[in-house]
Amino acid sequence: MAFRQFGAAATVTVALALASPAHAVTELQWWHAMTGANNDVVNKLAADFNASQSDYKVTPSFKGSYADTMNAGIAAFRAGTAPHIMQVFEVGTATMMSATGAIKPVYQLMKDAGEPFDPKAYLPTITGYYSTSKGDMLSFPFNSSSTVMWINNDELKKAGIAEIPKTWPEVFAAAKKLKAAGHETCGFSNAWASWVHIEQFSAWHNVPIGTKANGLDGFDTELKFNSPLHVKHLQNLIDLQKDKTYDYAGRANGGEARFASGECAIFLTSSGYYGTAKSTAKFDFTSAPMPYYPDAAGAPQNSIIGGASLWVMGGKKPEEYKGVAKFFTFLSDTNRQADLHQKSGYLPITKAAYEKTKADGFYEKNPVLQTPLKELTNKEPTENSRGLRFGNMVQMRELWSEEIEAALAGKKTAQEALDAAVARGNAMLRTFEKTAK
Amino acid sequence: MEKSVVFNNKLLPYLLLVPQLIITVVFFYWPASQAVLQSFKREDAFGLTSEFVGLENYQSLFAQPEYYKSMLTTLIFSSLVAALSLSIALLFATQADKNLKAAGTYKTLMIWPYAVAPAVAGVLWIFMFHPSLGTLARPLRWMNFDWNPLLNGNHAMTLVVMAAVWKQISYNFLFFLAGLQSIPKSVLEAGAIDGAGPMRRFWTIVFPLLSPTTFFLLVVNVVYVFFDTFGIIDAVTGGGPAGATTTMVYKVYADGRLGGDLGGSAAQSVVLMVIVIALTAVQFKYVERKVQY
Repeated sequence: MAFRQFGAAATVTVALALASPAHAVTELQWWHAMTGANNDVVNKLAADFNASQSDYKVTPSFKGSYADTMNAGIAAFRAGTAPHIMQVFEVGTATMMSATGAIKPVYQLMKDAGEPFDPKAYLPTITGYYSTSKGDMLSFPFNSSSTVMWINNDELKKAGIAEIPKTWPEVFAAAKKLKAAGHETCGFSNAWASWVHIEQFSAWHNVPIGTKANGLDGFDTELKFNSPLHVKHLQNLIDLQKDKTYDYAGRANGGEARFASGECAIFLTSSGYYGTAKSTAKFDFTSAPMPYYPDAAGAPQNSIIGGASLWVMGGKKPEEYKGVAKFFTFLSDTNRQADLHQKSGYLPITKAAYEKTKADGFYEKNPVLQTPLKELTNKEPTENSRGLRFGNMVQMRELWSEEIEAALAGKKTAQEALDAAVARGNAMLRTFEKTAK
Repeated sequence: MEKSVVFNNKLLPYLLLVPQLIITVVFFYWPASQAVLQSFKREDAFGLTSEFVGLENYQSLFAQPEYYKSMLTTLIFSSLVAALSLSIALLFATQADKNLKAAGTYKTLMIWPYAVAPAVAGVLWIFMFHPSLGTLARPLRWMNFDWNPLLNGNHAMTLVVMAAVWKQISYNFLFFLAGLQSIPKSVLEAGAIDGAGPMRRFWTIVFPLLSPTTFFLLVVNVVYVFFDTFGIIDAVTGGGPAGATTTMVYKVYADGRLGGDLGGSAAQSVVLMVIVIALTAVQFKYVERKVQY
C-alpha cells in the first residue's frame, strides 16, 4: 500500500517535473543484428519514430550476429523476457512460424490494432517468403537483399574481357582470363556458399531445392537438390578449384574482403554488400545478375530474397501491440522506404517505394541497386522460386556448406557430396517435423 | 601425552561443509541433472512442446557417423594440444628458471596470453593466417605453399591447435615455474658434484620431482581442451572445413544453439560428461601411481 502511494507520488512528481500530460510512455524493445552503417539506420528509424509521437518509445538493442540475435530471443522467451520486436534472418523463418504462441503474426497484429494494412502494397517476392500459403503475412520484412555478381570493371578491362559474363560458362572463361592476367589465387569466388550455389542457384534455374514448393507448403518436405544440374555445377566448381580459377572463400561473408582488396574480380554475394563495397573498394565496380546455364530450360527464372524480417513476440499487452503496429505503419511509409532503399541499398518493401525510386530517376544514376530488383521480378515466381522454408535451416546451411567443402577439397565427388547433404538434411527435417506439430 | 581435540557436536562438520556443498550442488549437480533430464526429452527451440522420448536422442546420436568423426577429431585435437602446450611450457619454464637478466619481464610477458579471451585469441590467429588476408599466410604463399585452412582440414586443425596451445602455454608455464622453484637447489648441486650434466640432471632429478605438477596440469589441460577451446574453434574455423575441426563440445553447441535440438545436444553433453569423468578417474588411478610426491 505504502509502496503504491509512493509510486503514485513519484509519477506525479515526474509528470510535474516534465510539465507534460501525465501519461506513461510504453517502451517497445527491438532486438536486431545490424552492424556498421546499418546499425545507424536502425537507431535513426527508432529515433525518428520516437520523435514522431509521444505514446511509444522504441528501444533498439544490438544482439550480435543473426544467429546470436535469434538465440538470444529464444532464450529470452524461455525466460519470459522476450523483446517485442525481434529481427530474424530469412532462414529462421520456419523455426519462428512453427512456434505458435511464441509469436504474434503481423497480419493479426495489424487487424487487432486497427491499423490500415494492405498486404498487396508490398512486393510479393518479398512478402511471399514471410507469409503463409494463404497469403497471411507472419512477419514484417525489414532488410531484404538478393544474390548478385559483383564485378571489378578495372580488372576485367585489364584482362581483356569486353563484356560482363552472363552465363556460367562465360564466367568460367572470364575467370581463366583473369587468372592468366595475374589473378593467380582467385579467378572468381563467392560468399555464403550454400545460399549462392544451392538455394539461389536452384531458384534461378527453376529447379526444386525440396518438395512442397521448397517447404513453403508444409513441413513434410524432402530435399531434392542432388539433381543432374546441381551435380554438374558443383563438378565445375571442383574442377576449377584445383588451379584456383574458382577459389572457395568460406561459409559466411568473411571472404567479401577479397573483392574489395582486388584479389577476386568476380564475386557473388548479397546485394546488401553495396554499402561496404562503396566505402572499401577503390576501383570502378558494378553488379550484374547471377549467371545461369544457357542449356537449362527456363533459366534464368527469378531469384529469391535473403536478409531479415521483424517478428513480433507473443504474450505482450494489447497496448504494446498497438505501438508495434504503429511502428510498422511508420516503416511502410513510401517516402521513408524509398529513402531507406536509396541510402542503405536494401530493397524497398512496398511497390509504391519502388515506383517512386524509379520515377525519381535514381536507377539511371545507380544501376547497381536495381540489379537485385530485376532478378527478383525477372519472371512470375514458380513453385521453385517463391522462396524456401525448411526447419533447422540455420544448422542445415552449415551442413550443406560442409558437404560443399568436402567436395571442393577433393574428399567426395559432386554426386556423393550432394547426396550426403540431401540425406543428412532430410534427417534434420524429420526431427524438426516431429517437434513442430 | 598428546591430547586430541574432539568436537562432540555432530552437526558442526556438516555445517562447515555446507558452503562448499551449496556451490557444488548449484553449479554442478543441478545443471548436470538438468542435462540428463533434457537428454530424454524432445523439445522445440522455444520450449513450447516437450515430450519424453526415452533413449531416442541417444540412439539417433550413435547412429550418426559424424558423431564418431567428432570423437576422433577430439582425440587428435586434445592429444596435440595437451602434448604441445605441456612440453613447450616446460621448455620455457626451465629457461626462465635460469639466472636471467630480464627474468621478471620475460615471465610477465609469458603470462599475458592467458588473459586473452579464447574468441579474441581465435580472431588474432585468423588475422595472421587467413589464406588471402593474413599477414603470415602471405609469406607461405610466396614459398609456394598452398596454405588453405578454408578447405584443407589438416591446415584448419593446425591453426586451431596453434591458437589453443598458444593460449594454454601461459597457464602451464606458471605452474611449471612454481614447481621448478620448489625443487631444492641442494639436490641439483649434489647431482652436479657427482658429475651429472644438465640434461641428465633434468631427466633424473627435475622431471621426476616435477611429476605432481605435470600430473595436475595434464588433468587440467585435458579438461581445458575438452571444454574451453570452444571459443577458439568457433572464431577460427566454425568447426569446418567439412567438420574437420568439429570437436565434441563444438558439436554440442552446433546442434543445440544453431540447430535448436536441445534433446540431442543434451545427450551429447551427457556423453561428454561421462567421458571426462572416466578420463579423470583413469588418470588418477593409473597415472597418479607413477607420480612421486
